Amino acid sequence: MKRAERATAVAFLVSIAAALALFVVYVRGGDPQAEGALLALALGGVGAGLLIWSTRLMPHIREETQPRSKTAHATGAEREEAAETMEAGVEEIRRRRFLSRLLLGAAGALGLAALIPIRSLGRSPGDSLLRTKWTPGARLVVADGTAVTVSTLEVGSFTTVFPEGFEGSADSQAVLIRVEPGQLQLPPDRLAGAPDGLVAYSKICTHAGCPLGLYLAATHELRCPCHQSTFDVLEGARPVYGPAPKPLPQLPIEVDADGGLRATGDFTGPVGPSFWEES
Amino acid sequence: MIVRRLVDGVDERLDGTSFIKRNLGKVFPDHWSFMLGELALYSFVMLLLTGTFLSLFFVASPAVTEYRGPYEPMQGREVSLAYESVMRISFEVRAGLVMRQTHHWAALVFVASMTAHLVRVFFTGAFRKPRELSWILGVTLLVAGIGAGFTGYSLPDDLLSGTGLRIIYSAVLSIPLVGTWLAYLLFGGEFPSAELIPRLFVMHILLIPALITGLLSAHLALVWHQTHTQFRPAGTRESSVTGTPVWPKFALKSVGLAFVTFAVLAGLGGLVQINPVWLYGPFIPYSAPSPAQPDFYAGWLEGILRLWPNWEFHVFGHTIGELFLPAVVVPGIVFTALALWPFIEARVTRDTPMHHDAQRPREAPVRAGIGAGGIAFFVLLMLAGSNDVLAKFLQVEVDTLNGVLKVLVFVVPVIVGIVTWWICHDLRARGQAPIARPGRVEFRRNAAGGFDEVHDDAESR
Repeated sequence: MKRAERATAVAFLVSIAAALALFVVYVRGGDPQAEGALLALALGGVGAGLLIWSTRLMPHIREETQPRSKTAHATGAEREEAAETMEAGVEEIRRRRFLSRLLLGAAGALGLAALIPIRSLGRSPGDSLLRTKWTPGARLVVADGTAVTVSTLEVGSFTTVFPEGFEGSADSQAVLIRVEPGQLQLPPDRLAGAPDGLVAYSKICTHAGCPLGLYLAATHELRCPCHQSTFDVLEGARPVYGPAPKPLPQLPIEVDADGGLRATGDFTGPVGPSFWEES
Repeated sequence: MIVRRLVDGVDERLDGTSFIKRNLGKVFPDHWSFMLGELALYSFVMLLLTGTFLSLFFVASPAVTEYRGPYEPMQGREVSLAYESVMRISFEVRAGLVMRQTHHWAALVFVASMTAHLVRVFFTGAFRKPRELSWILGVTLLVAGIGAGFTGYSLPDDLLSGTGLRIIYSAVLSIPLVGTWLAYLLFGGEFPSAELIPRLFVMHILLIPALITGLLSAHLALVWHQTHTQFRPAGTRESSVTGTPVWPKFALKSVGLAFVTFAVLAGLGGLVQINPVWLYGPFIPYSAPSPAQPDFYAGWLEGILRLWPNWEFHVFGHTIGELFLPAVVVPGIVFTALALWPFIEARVTRDTPMHHDAQRPREAPVRAGIGAGGIAFFVLLMLAGSNDVLAKFLQVEVDTLNGVLKVLVFVVPVIVGIVTWWICHDLRARGQAPIARPGRVEFRRNAAGGFDEVHDDAESR
């Protein structure tokens, strides 16, 4: 192996190593000096490699003299010539298989290192989509913070509730509806979380996430104003019409000693539209 | 004298063979339908001008403040700085409202004229070889235009736009495997995150306009270089192009059209209210407006969401959300098929030569049928996207209307397609052999005073 060839290879290898190191530094929390230095090495390696390659390893490609004027249209022969020039160039590069592979590797590593800052754009979803701000014992309040009690709602009416301290929270919003206690057709464990005909469901439609704004008291149906998904409040908010594929999760509640309403836990499932990690 | 020196100067520097002469004398074919692309171009110019003005006043921040502006009904309400700045543009900045409304109207006209331009190019076969690249750039421009529109009307942080954003967030969330990560990276976390408005702002005023400017330049350069297709005047050859030289007639005409476009947009902006965010109110995550419709170009997407069945798939303990097919896959297929249409058609019809003649729709009946059916499909989806308003108007239940639309959306396009094909087919047949004129009938009075029919034959004349 010639010296120039070795130098090119070393430059590319340095670039690959630096790009991978940059990746590691980023994943481990980042460090401005290390990031700058490694990025400089990764970019510089490719640059130095290409410079050495072109100046030292292509001595047989000589300077030529060309006329300056342009011709109007390329003839077939000229097009053929253009294609040949292009191919000859590619062949010249590919001829050095080891170096061209290293070059590809360096480009890939650099691409990886350059893409990783995308990670800065958002935090990890983790289990944040699986839970909300509701905790056992959280008091039910309306948007202005007023606590909801067992006598706030008449039969046939509804209101939007939040866990105390998180008024207006997007993922914790729930609808509290009062129906005749005997009408609810819920499994026993669910029925326990709906005292005195007071039943609470997530207010976020399981179709596209719009807040469910309409309650049709006559048919006990919650309807989404966006795409008309409709849920039967009596039967565990089962979807009865429209594109929503699954029921609204229920918020289990209880009446405390003072007649106030409190959650006994989080919703019975993830709120809102489905996602991959959901089973 | 100055002109002469200028021309000499440019020619000397750019090309030996009279760069200016060649381009000033370049001819542009004349047909009313060629105006549609120009309309899109000039609406975009208007968007840049009004948008620059608006960007100087808009505050891309979700931070909460109390509204104290002159709009009484909103007094004391908690609103975001973004919403407040839009209110200030609307009510306090001098000429602010006319700029804002003109900007919104220009966006609608921009997408509408691109669509009309696309339809023209489709039905006249102007996308055929060698202009496939122009077509692909055009379809990409349409997608970018829709993206610009969507990010733009999401910026004021009002109740209507917040609802639209939430639907897009939910659609991204539904993508298998990477959905949640993608949604969190794009939206900066669980909806509605504090990063959202600043990000939309950067996309709306930097990334997408830069993309559109680049694509548009390439699109125009290609048209300039490859020349227009045209309905060829009799006596000319396909290898030539017939039209008005750029200078001075075409240039004046086109600049005139630009000013008329600007005039219409400014007139709309001043006289016709659009997107009155003060009526919608600020975005509240637990509230949604009803009825709610997006801007017209998103209507068909909304229609798909409203009609799509509630299918959800569970695979290996994972869920493919309901929205994935109607909100991600179907639009993806639509735009991919649209972009690849020139190649699909060339492959099916085994069409390899170059084409510079515009076709009349009848000359390609199958294409015309597919195009007309496609338009019917989009119109029906758009109606479905406003089914709540439509149901109220027709005084029927939304559920009933949905049931009907679910059938019509498949049946009507097929009927429209077949009828269009049939009409084109028939027109074409007649065009080649126009209805035979009845032969001349000649009568001759005979000796008896009656009339004999004399059959006319060409030879006897």
